Amino acid sequence: MAQMQDTVAPGGIPARPVAPWWQRASKRRILNMTIIYLLVLPGAVMFLIPLLWMLSTSLKESRQIFVNPPVWIPNPVVWQNFTDGWSAYLPFNTFFVNSTLITLNNIVGNLFSCCLAAYGFARLRARGRNVLFGLVLATMLLPNEVLIIPQYVLFTKITQFLKPWWDYYTPGGILWMRYLSWLPMMVPPWFGFPFFIFLLRQFFLTIPLDLDEAARLDGASSWRILIQILVPLTKPALATVVIFAFIGNWNNFLMPLIYIRAQKEQVLAVGLNQFRGQFGHVDFHYMMAVSLIVLLPVLLIFFFGQRIFVQGIALTGIKG
Amino acid sequence: MTASVPARPVKRLRTLQQREERDFWIAILPWFLGLFLFTGGPVIASLVFSFTDWTGLNLSGFIGFKNYRDLLVEDLVFWETVYNTFYYTFGSVLLGTLGALFVALLLNQNLPGTYFLRLIYYLPSIASGVAISILWIWLFNPNVGLVNYLLVKLLPIDTGPAWLSSQTWSKPALILKSTWGIGANMIIILAGLQGVPQSLYEAARIDGANAFDEFRNVTLPMLSPVLFFVIVISTINAFQILTDILVMTQGGPGTSTYMLVYYIYQNAFQYLKMGYASALAWILFTIILALTLLQLWGSRRWVYYEGAT
Repeated sequence: MAQMQDTVAPGGIPARPVAPWWQRASKRRILNMTIIYLLVLPGAVMFLIPLLWMLSTSLKESRQIFVNPPVWIPNPVVWQNFTDGWSAYLPFNTFFVNSTLITLNNIVGNLFSCCLAAYGFARLRARGRNVLFGLVLATMLLPNEVLIIPQYVLFTKITQFLKPWWDYYTPGGILWMRYLSWLPMMVPPWFGFPFFIFLLRQFFLTIPLDLDEAARLDGASSWRILIQILVPLTKPALATVVIFAFIGNWNNFLMPLIYIRAQKEQVLAVGLNQFRGQFGHVDFHYMMAVSLIVLLPVLLIFFFGQRIFVQGIALTGIKG
Repeated sequence: MTASVPARPVKRLRTLQQREERDFWIAILPWFLGLFLFTGGPVIASLVFSFTDWTGLNLSGFIGFKNYRDLLVEDLVFWETVYNTFYYTFGSVLLGTLGALFVALLLNQNLPGTYFLRLIYYLPSIASGVAISILWIWLFNPNVGLVNYLLVKLLPIDTGPAWLSSQTWSKPALILKSTWGIGANMIIILAGLQGVPQSLYEAARIDGANAFDEFRNVTLPMLSPVLFFVIVISTINAFQILTDILVMTQGGPGTSTYMLVYYIYQNAFQYLKMGYASALAWILFTIILALTLLQLWGSRRWVYYEGAT
C-alpha cells in the first residue's frame, strides 16, 4: 500500500509512470475482485441470455426450434425469417410507419409543452407559481387507471363529433396525423406530461438565474432566453426526455389497443400482439424475428445514449 | 410611489415584472389547459361515473354506492384480483429491491469492466413492452423453454414447472420476469451508494469494523432513504402491471393472474361496464395511496435522514 501511494502525487496526478493494476493491487484486493467477479459474471450472463436466445431463435429453421437440448447456434442461419415474418402475415411496414409518426409527434409535443411549462415554473416569477407547481406534483402521483376511462369517453365523443367533418375535408389526414383514431394519442402530449415538466424544471433550476437577468436587461424576451440560453445548457436533460418519451410511446400498448380499430391505422405494439395471437403457438422463429425488429430502435438508443440513460436515471430516480 | 424616486425607472421595472408574469402564464398555458381537459375533468368525471351503472351505451342513473358494495361484498373475482395483485407486488418488490441492492453493492467497486457489467444489468429494464412479453412466453415454454432447460440442468429435478400454464406457477413466473428488470433500481441504488461519504467508512475502519459491520452500520442507514424511494416506486409500478397480463396470460390459467388493472381494463373495454370499472379504479387508487402512506409511516422506524433530528 505504501509503495502504491508513493507513485501518486498529492493532487492525484501520477508522479511517474504507474504500474498496471494487477501489479499495484494487493493480494487482498485481488481476492476481493475474484469473489465479486464470481458473483457478478454468472448473473450478467443470465441477464443477457434471454436476448441472446431471442436472437438465436429468430435465425433458426422451424425444425430446430422445438428440440431438447436447445440448439444455440442456428444451422443453417436463416436470415429470411426476418423478411418473411415481417411481410408475409401482417402489414408490419404499415405498423412501423404508424408507430414512427405517432412516436415522433409525441416526442416533439412533449418537448415543446414540457420545456415551456418547466421554464415557467423554474425561471419566471409570478404569483401562484408554487401552488400551480404543487398541482404538477399532485398529478404525477395520480394513477393512470383513474383517467383512462373518462378520457376514453371524452375522446370517443370528440372523434364521433369530428368524424363527418374529418371525412369530408381531410380524408388524407392533417399533416402527420393521418387518421382520426390517432387523435387521442397525438393531442395530449402537446399539453404537457407532469413527470417531464418536473424533470426539466429541476435541470433549469441548476443554471444561475444571473444569466436570465443579464439577458433580460439587454432586452431579450423570455422566449429568446429560453431558446438561446437555457436550451443549449440543458441538452442532456432534453436528451433524457427525448429518450424516455421515445421508449414510452414506442412501447405504448394500451392506448392503441383501445382506440385503434382499423388494421391500416394500427401500430407495432398491437400488431405484434395480434401476430402472437394468430401464430403464437408454432412460429416462434418468426415471432422472435419480428419482436427483435420492433425492439431494435430501443436497443440502438440504449447503446448510443447509455451515458445519458445512466445519468438521467440516477439524477431523477426514475424508471424507463 | 414616493416623489423622491424618479418615476421612469420604477415604471419600467413594473412593466418588466408584469411582462415576466404574463410570459409565465403563456409558458404554462398548454399544461394548464391540459390539466383541465385531460386530468381535472376526467378525475371528476371518473368519480361521478363510479356512482352510476353506465355501460357506455345506456345510463339509467345514479345508483349510489352500489358499485362499491358489489365489488367489496359480492364480486368474488375482485377479491381474487386483490390477492393476486398483492402476491405479485410483494414478490416482485422484495426480489427486485434485494436483487438490485445486491448487484449494486457488488458493482459499486471500482473494478475493470464494472461499467459494462452495469450496462448489461441495466439493459433489460429499458427493453420492455410487448416484444419482451412475447420473448418470456417463449422462455417459459414448459417443454422446450430455456428457463426449464436451465432449471433441470442446475437443480436436481426431472421436470420444471409448467409456469404460465399452471395456476400455481403463473404468478411466480411473472415475478421472475419482473426481476429481469431490476436494472433501473440498481442504477438508483448505485447513485445512492456513491453519495455515502468515504469518511464514514474510514472512521468505521479505525474503530475496527469488518465488512459486515460497515454494511450494517454505515451503508444501510445512509442508503435507507434511497431504498425507501425504490420500494415505494416499485410498489406503485408493480401494482399497475398490465401489458404482461394482456400479452402473456390474459388473466389465466383460471383466474390465477387476474390483476387489478387488468380487471379494470376488462370491465371497461370488454364488458363496457364503465361505472363499475371506474369504481374499481378508485379502489385501486385508494389501495395504492394507503400502501404509500403505510410505507411512509413505517419508514420512520428504519429510514435515516441525515440532517434531520
